[in-house]
Amino acid sequence: MTASPTTSPTTARPTTADGVGTSPPRPDGTLKVAGEFAFASDLWMDDMLWGVTLRSPHPHARITGIDLTEALATPGVFAVLTHEDVPGEKHYGLEHQDQPVLAIDRVRYQGEPVALVAADHPEVARQAAKRIRVDYDVLAPIVDAERALLPDTPHLHEGGNLVRHVRVRTGDPSPRAEVVVCGDFEVGMQDQAFLGPEAGLAVPDGEGGIDLWVATQWLHVDQRQVCSALGLPPDQVRLRLAGVGGAFGGREDLSMHVHGCLLAQHTGKPVKMVYNREESFFGHVHRHPARMHYEYGADRSGQLVYARATIHLDGGAYASSTPAVVGNAGTMGLGPYDIPNIQVDCFGAYTNNPPCGAMRGFGSVQTAFAVEATMDLLAAELGLDPVEIRVRNGFREGSRAPTGQVIDAPAPVAELVEKLRDLPLPAPADVAGPLDLRHLPGGVANSTHGEGVRRGVGYAVAYKNVAFSEGFDDFSTARVRVSVVGGQPVTTVHTAAAEVGQGLVTVEQQICRTELGIERVVVAPQDTSVGSAGSSSASRQTYVTGGAVKAACESVRRLLLTSAATRLGREVDGLWLGPGGAVLDEGGEVTISLVDLLGDDHVEDTVEWRHRPTYPIDEETGQGDAHVQYAFAAHRAVVDVDVDLGLVKVVELACVQDVGRAMNPQAVVGQIQGGSAQGLGLALMEEIQVVDGRITNPSFTDYLIPTILDVPPMPIEVLEHADPHAPYGLRGVGEAPTISSGPAVAAAVRAATGLALPRVPIRPADITAPTSE
Amino acid sequence: MRITLTVNGEEHRADDVWEGESLLFVLRERLGLPGSKNACEQGECGSCTVYLDGVTCCACLVAAGQADGREVVTVEGLGTADELHPVQQAFLEAGAVQCGFCTPGLLVATHDLLAREPDPDDAQVREALSGNLCRCTGYEKILDAVRLAAGRQR
Repeated sequence: MTASPTTSPTTARPTTADGVGTSPPRPDGTLKVAGEFAFASDLWMDDMLWGVTLRSPHPHARITGIDLTEALATPGVFAVLTHEDVPGEKHYGLEHQDQPVLAIDRVRYQGEPVALVAADHPEVARQAAKRIRVDYDVLAPIVDAERALLPDTPHLHEGGNLVRHVRVRTGDPSPRAEVVVCGDFEVGMQDQAFLGPEAGLAVPDGEGGIDLWVATQWLHVDQRQVCSALGLPPDQVRLRLAGVGGAFGGREDLSMHVHGCLLAQHTGKPVKMVYNREESFFGHVHRHPARMHYEYGADRSGQLVYARATIHLDGGAYASSTPAVVGNAGTMGLGPYDIPNIQVDCFGAYTNNPPCGAMRGFGSVQTAFAVEATMDLLAAELGLDPVEIRVRNGFREGSRAPTGQVIDAPAPVAELVEKLRDLPLPAPADVAGPLDLRHLPGGVANSTHGEGVRRGVGYAVAYKNVAFSEGFDDFSTARVRVSVVGGQPVTTVHTAAAEVGQGLVTVEQQICRTELGIERVVVAPQDTSVGSAGSSSASRQTYVTGGAVKAACESVRRLLLTSAATRLGREVDGLWLGPGGAVLDEGGEVTISLVDLLGDDHVEDTVEWRHRPTYPIDEETGQGDAHVQYAFAAHRAVVDVDVDLGLVKVVELACVQDVGRAMNPQAVVGQIQGGSAQGLGLALMEEIQVVDGRITNPSFTDYLIPTILDVPPMPIEVLEHADPHAPYGLRGVGEAPTISSGPAVAAAVRAATGLALPRVPIRPADITAPTSE
Repeated sequence: MRITLTVNGEEHRADDVWEGESLLFVLRERLGLPGSKNACEQGECGSCTVYLDGVTCCACLVAAGQADGREVVTVEGLGTADELHPVQQAFLEAGAVQCGFCTPGLLVATHDLLAREPDPDDAQVREALSGNLCRCTGYEKILDAVRLAAGRQR
């Protein structure tokens, strides 16, 4: 099962308890259950101030004047700042530097930051912000991504409203097929809805530099942007990871980072900023809403002949990671299926809607709704069942992706759906015993006794690239040290990799134990004093930072064994590290303990590690080896639908996923179940509703995320088909379950109702009063 | 205004409390007890669930003045890192903690459920915890944790 591209520098590996493949408790778990873990919003310092942001009420307007007089006169206020107080670059951005730190002469979305206040109490700061007078000349907003790209639409940015267009072309441009199906699909705007609000504490160092504790996904990319805006070199801007209460892509872009630092520098005091829930909805990017036209052609046996897709993604007011999302949706937007003739056009556009960027599943979530629905249409047209059409067309090892890239690792699409089909189905509602209203759609609201309830079953497959693509230099850095503390050997692992809840800190410990045999592993606080680890996104952190930790451990092991050999006056060959911190010989006898070997000294190395390279795609054809690894999962959803009331109860949501190697089986299952719930949410309830560029539901009262009553039992089967190119054979886990769970739920609702339901989230009225059938 | 309240068995006093402050703000920012979390501050997510005179509530919905003279128990009062309560231990072991932001509220809600109903079935657990949002786990491992804790308390 285990396969590593790097050979061990020395002989046999130790095995130790709580290594790779086991499920030890999280190192931060005890503090988290005790309520003692410091999340970003828990930070506190003597004499600190509170910062707040004044945001634009308009989706599109010119700023004609800003008057700070009244705000500055408010007792308790220490600073009121605008764009004029930004000392460095006034714009930032992940891929395009197009977003103002504070609005200059124009706002492009409702909620765009315009001014900042620091005061001695958060309410004083809020009141003062209300006293800032901003004069706006309101402009008509552009709120439709397709219309934004028409030639006569005004430009929101220099260069026009197109952020990126990806074209994929292979095979015959005019293919013919015996059976053709097509459909138009729409996906609403989903929110990451992490529970821990955006927060941080900025502390001036008194010498012009600053320390920022912040909840983020990538410390170094934040540092680059903060340095640019503050006009300071990296050694004067030190970022430290504060406790992160979930991320899911929503913390890839800056939120309060520069704002907090500006206020701290102007006041000379520590400044804490914490968004409330409403501000959080305005303060981070969302999942791109999508409109998609799909057409698939197949022969009578059900073999796909061609596919055509046109995809429009609404990027909102600023680019954020739209270019990469368009890249993913364009290159992977036909799902994990063998198709010889392909024509895909994927567009990302600027509008005056809320900015969209990264969210778990990153471009594949939207297209999976269209792909999987189209596959079901094809199955219905051919009289095949949904599992069979996927078995016949699903990728295998050796398949070619639409980009021409050969899939040179296991791609078990057929196995995933066949295993799902073979899982027992939950008992029908009417034989489960006496009628229990709690189990009906709508629950104890008691508006039905089950008379209009229909059951449906649906399947879907997920397909997602792991790590960054298209030639991005995607690396991670790890520092590993072995020393003696309290008479025991201890490994310390230091990276800048953000622990956002996914459990990377546990996996880092497990890798160190497996590679060095030392039970005690300390994960040092993550900060910018060690090299970049890249982002905790794209399902990449266990792969890339895991790879870096493994490589650093291998180096440290070599150093330890070389030192032991020198001390013992013998060759290093044949020595190995045994469990518990001892250097053993070929026969397994202890030659010297690490405690004796190291004494007061330590052994340390820092390693930068890269996965194998990827390459850009051709602009005209979309061809190229763009992706490093693919993740595969599949879901089967069983739903009960009250067709009179339009209410859906998900009865069961089963998942089979290939994870290559289950590094921490308990955490893997946790990721799959959590991701599945987010996909369920998008299928049935989660949507940021935007009317004329304005968010109408920025609260947990109105933006609904699944509760424990909405989420059903989720049986999980984990496969471990090792990827020969990845550390330990592992495969990124986090995103795939979010991709297939939603389409499976939608398919099940279609099966129960017989309706086309081309839009998610599916609203009750879509079921009770469908607009097109 | 000045308020006095008992938190986790200890009497606390807070001076210069603004009338609009919530119990949650007082606990977190004035008394140094940030265990109760501030995820929505609208009573929708349950992250700030505490006991107020023995009854669970969202601390964000209680005005600080309302808590004057009353008794509050927070997650910090269930157990400490050195001596976890069985409910806390069960959440840790079952893998019910990912980012952990919802955890303190869920722990108090679970503690309350098991005090009232030591052997709840799944439907009862779901009903009791339906006011506590979790974005990471999908709730399956939270159910596992409640079952584990209930089994140990029996």
